[in-house]
Amino acid sequence: MAEKPKLAMYWATSCGGCEISVVNLHERLLEVDAAMEFVFCPCLLDAKRADLEAMPDGSIALTLCNGAIRTSENEEMAHLLRRKSKTLVAFGSCSAAGCIPGLSNLSTAEEHFQTIYGSARGGTDAVRPTPIVQVPEGELHLPVFSGRVRTLSEVVDVDYSIPGCPPESGKVWEVLTLVLSGAPLPERGATLGGGTSSVCGQCARVKHDKRINRLRRIHEFVPDTEQCLLEQGVVCMGIATRDGCGALCPAVNMPCIGCYGPTEGGLDQGARMIAALGSVIDIAPLVQGSEDDRAASLGELDEQIPDLAGTFYKFSLPGSLLKGVRR
Amino acid sequence: MKRIKIDPVTRLEGHGKIEIFLDDDGNVAETYFQVPELRGFEQFCVGRHAEDMPVITNRICGVCPEAHHMASVKALDMLFGVDPPPAAKKVRELLYMAFYVTDHTTHFYALGGPDFIVGPDADPRERNILGVVRKVGVDIGREVIATRARNHDVIRMIGGRAVHPAAGVPGGWSKPVSEPERIVIEEAARRNVDFALFSLKIFHDVVLASPVYRQLIESGVYLHRTYSMGTVDARNAVNFYDGMIRVVDPDGAEFVRYHPREYAEHIEEHVESWSYMKFPFLRRIGWKGFVDGPESGVYAATPLTRLNAADRMATPGAQEHFEELFATMGGGTVNGRRRPIHHRLATHWARLVELLYAAERMLELATDPEITSPDVRIVPTTVKGVGIGSVEAPRGTLTHHYESDERGVLTKVNLIVGTTNNAAPIAMSVKRAAKELIRNGTVIEQGLLNRIEMAFRLYDPCFSCATHALPGEMPLTVSIRDPRGGVIRTLARGVPV
Repeated sequence: MAEKPKLAMYWATSCGGCEISVVNLHERLLEVDAAMEFVFCPCLLDAKRADLEAMPDGSIALTLCNGAIRTSENEEMAHLLRRKSKTLVAFGSCSAAGCIPGLSNLSTAEEHFQTIYGSARGGTDAVRPTPIVQVPEGELHLPVFSGRVRTLSEVVDVDYSIPGCPPESGKVWEVLTLVLSGAPLPERGATLGGGTSSVCGQCARVKHDKRINRLRRIHEFVPDTEQCLLEQGVVCMGIATRDGCGALCPAVNMPCIGCYGPTEGGLDQGARMIAALGSVIDIAPLVQGSEDDRAASLGELDEQIPDLAGTFYKFSLPGSLLKGVRR
Repeated sequence: MKRIKIDPVTRLEGHGKIEIFLDDDGNVAETYFQVPELRGFEQFCVGRHAEDMPVITNRICGVCPEAHHMASVKALDMLFGVDPPPAAKKVRELLYMAFYVTDHTTHFYALGGPDFIVGPDADPRERNILGVVRKVGVDIGREVIATRARNHDVIRMIGGRAVHPAAGVPGGWSKPVSEPERIVIEEAARRNVDFALFSLKIFHDVVLASPVYRQLIESGVYLHRTYSMGTVDARNAVNFYDGMIRVVDPDGAEFVRYHPREYAEHIEEHVESWSYMKFPFLRRIGWKGFVDGPESGVYAATPLTRLNAADRMATPGAQEHFEELFATMGGGTVNGRRRPIHHRLATHWARLVELLYAAERMLELATDPEITSPDVRIVPTTVKGVGIGSVEAPRGTLTHHYESDERGVLTKVNLIVGTTNNAAPIAMSVKRAAKELIRNGTVIEQGLLNRIEMAFRLYDPCFSCATHALPGEMPLTVSIRDPRGGVIRTLARGVPV
């Protein structure tokens, strides 16, 4: 019997939701197990880093790496997995685009420490987690908390990415069956497990090309269940977000928040969304009004959406053109 | 001084790392349980729109996003000064019960159960979900998968997504439950009740019937007399979604019963320089270090402590098993209250009692005439500026505390997550197990790994992958070092050294 292709899965700084999405393949997980040899997966298997190091370079057919790169250990593992894997996939939003923890890049490491351990929180500023600590019995070590979250492709060459927070189980299954079929994979660098259009293409809501004169936040009103959310003034990220999920959030009357990342060829999800808003917001007051009217209109927009970064870059700040680094 | 380092390769929220220092006689001088990872939500959530928090804080944990989603929407109800319609509260609780069923099921069969069903001293390669299936039958493996599947379907149906639900809004829920959905949910709940009863039967037949396991559960290695915390309803029955926080002392007397919004008056967090995780304690008693007893502010918040803190279960089947648990493991009553159970391994049994409660409560809600009401949302008209919400996460009381400006933009965020409550008890359990198993320089190799692993596995901690691992094996390596840090020898589970 021919040797089964080897499969690995790893989590860097992550929440575990990507693993749950794979476990939610349910009984199909047994088919994966039958077709591939699962050689490394800290969540599921007992194999350790030393076992991985002992494997020949390039011997793993497919590695799904989720989680963002935050610590030196994450980075070392990324390099190791790259060396051992024929195909390395950035799996899930953290790895592919930086995801919600990427909003961390708006603050410095010191600001994190002050907020979380400082006197403001009942702690004393004197005691902070420290990389090297002397205790009576000896020395203890903690990894350094990096001031910045990075995507996998910022650290190593990545063959493909699978978007989503987490990737939908059905889409993960599509990718695995494609790999198992032996059919040629798309060109290197492609996105797997997602479409080439936007979430809007899968959304059942009706569009009327209606202009809006103000933006509304989701807690401020009950949206109509049939009509396009954007045309009701909600910043629904669907138009700037890759399809693949099946437009799940708009189906429960909530806006797309962009977890599948930018659309095909779209470098910057937030910029794409802001451009889309430009085509839907009624700009008559801006164009026709006086200087004061213009200023008032822009001021109102700012009041309507006070958190621009968290609205437009909720899932893509580290991977965006801005990167969110405070220099 | 020798040191032993236990570094689980895997985790959910950062590695749990254990350093054990031995004195000159080769006995345990001190242990340090370290969490070497920080993700920073309390910092980067500042500046965000408050109403985004249910979907942002989901991403703290992909295993229990439902718990964060619920604590978050409840905090938003308060922050925006709006009381959701009764149907909305029921829909939230319904989703939450489906989540509890899948979560407790995964823990019992994939993680906690293998130690008992397959055996604490069985070959580590057998002590996993596959070993469980071999011991109790392949049909059960299928039923575990089916239970996870049907409850994740319910979570998706109600919350929009199977992982990281989306439908929570201040003042209610974004979508009502339809009658066709309700029928599917009711059927799932009925099967859940059967499955929970069946799981309790396995626990009886395999674990309680065995003198070896009984002895292990009742042994001193896992005994800690701390305060117990849990959420209770008006009749002091266990509630996962809402209620008052009740803390009982090590003898079972009520120490305090407070509304979750008063948490800061009762709970404080201690910081150590050697871990990124903070150590909560009872403020009125104070931080006295990693010690148990009534003089120490250390408390635990687990399935077992929830039962300790309550007077009863709110559903009939769960009540029956609750009484049996206390009749078997408890120490009678004092001043009319049951004495708490402090044998921490009984947490696994308590988890199954909770599994049955969640299933029964899910069925009650699924057959409630109001559950399909379209009236699931009230639009808030004000911003109050402070919101505190709390639920019982499977791993302990979860509190979200937000403050905002008048636009609903967050200015302060404090989170006390389930596992964090147990940071000090876990450290203490690890130390106790190490002291029992390392004597005069003799390390009981496999025993050390197993028993220390069991010491923190019973808390179902969220920083360890063991939490929800399939097949549930937590890889451990132990390095024994000389005083200069050189490795004398290395032990690793299941790997010949």
